[in-house]
Amino acid sequence: MLLNQFLLLSAVLFCIGVYGVIVRRNGVLVLMSIELILNAVNINLVAFGTMTDAAIGQVFALFVIAVAAAEVGVGLAIVLLIYRNRQSIDIDELDELKG
Amino acid sequence: MTGVLAAAACAPNECLAVPTNIAFGAIAALMIYAAIRVVTTKNVVHAALFLVLVLMGVAANFILLQAEFVAVTQILVYVGAIVVLFLFGIMLTKAPLGRSDDLDNLKNRPYAILTALILMVVLGGSLIATFGNDKVALTAPNSTEVVADEIFGPYLIPFEVLSVLLLAALIGAIVLVRKD
Repeated sequence: MLLNQFLLLSAVLFCIGVYGVIVRRNGVLVLMSIELILNAVNINLVAFGTMTDAAIGQVFALFVIAVAAAEVGVGLAIVLLIYRNRQSIDIDELDELKG
Repeated sequence: MTGVLAAAACAPNECLAVPTNIAFGAIAALMIYAAIRVVTTKNVVHAALFLVLVLMGVAANFILLQAEFVAVTQILVYVGAIVVLFLFGIMLTKAPLGRSDDLDNLKNRPYAILTALILMVVLGGSLIATFGNDKVALTAPNSTEVVADEIFGPYLIPFEVLSVLLLAALIGAIVLVRKD
């Protein structure tokens, strides 16, 4: 199998994830798009690891999976807190930092 | 006919490539469709369910790359835990369960499409230029054993730090949403 087929698939997933992060207004859906991006990175890591015949790629993919789990936990807690304070999780309404 | 001859003439290691390539094509098409539905569907719960399809596809890709342990971990952690967390998040934020039309920021959509397309062209072009016909070497027989040796050998300290990170994230999430 070609290495590029995995890399191009992960590039497509990455771009779809970036589109979702920019266009979605619902906080939970933005987090889902971030998961798409992280999974694209994981495919890359495992594909490169297999190409060089080293296990290091899989080790890093496992680390990324664990960090993604922690990120989703904290991220959903923050989204929940936003909902509790504002009765809405519309990301576009969170513009207090705008000058 | 030429395909059959080519398959008969290939080396044992490469003969495997024809079915795996077909499997890869089917899985990749399903993943791209599901990923597009995740970012375009108007139903929040459907987005979570399409995300399951993408994550299963990623796990199938790991199996194609002979990384069984990562594939099983992917299914356990992502499909088993993270998607359930997402569904709880949808439930607790009282998201509209049916169709809703205000999930997307229409003002940002042209910029988002432009950004994604530019990224795709740049990434795809550089990938094709750099890794034109490089092959994936599918030879590793005992990848799980090797991964375990790597994690509990040279990468023991990052592994332990990761445990502390998970604990910190757990406590942080509880502290954030606690009512008092």
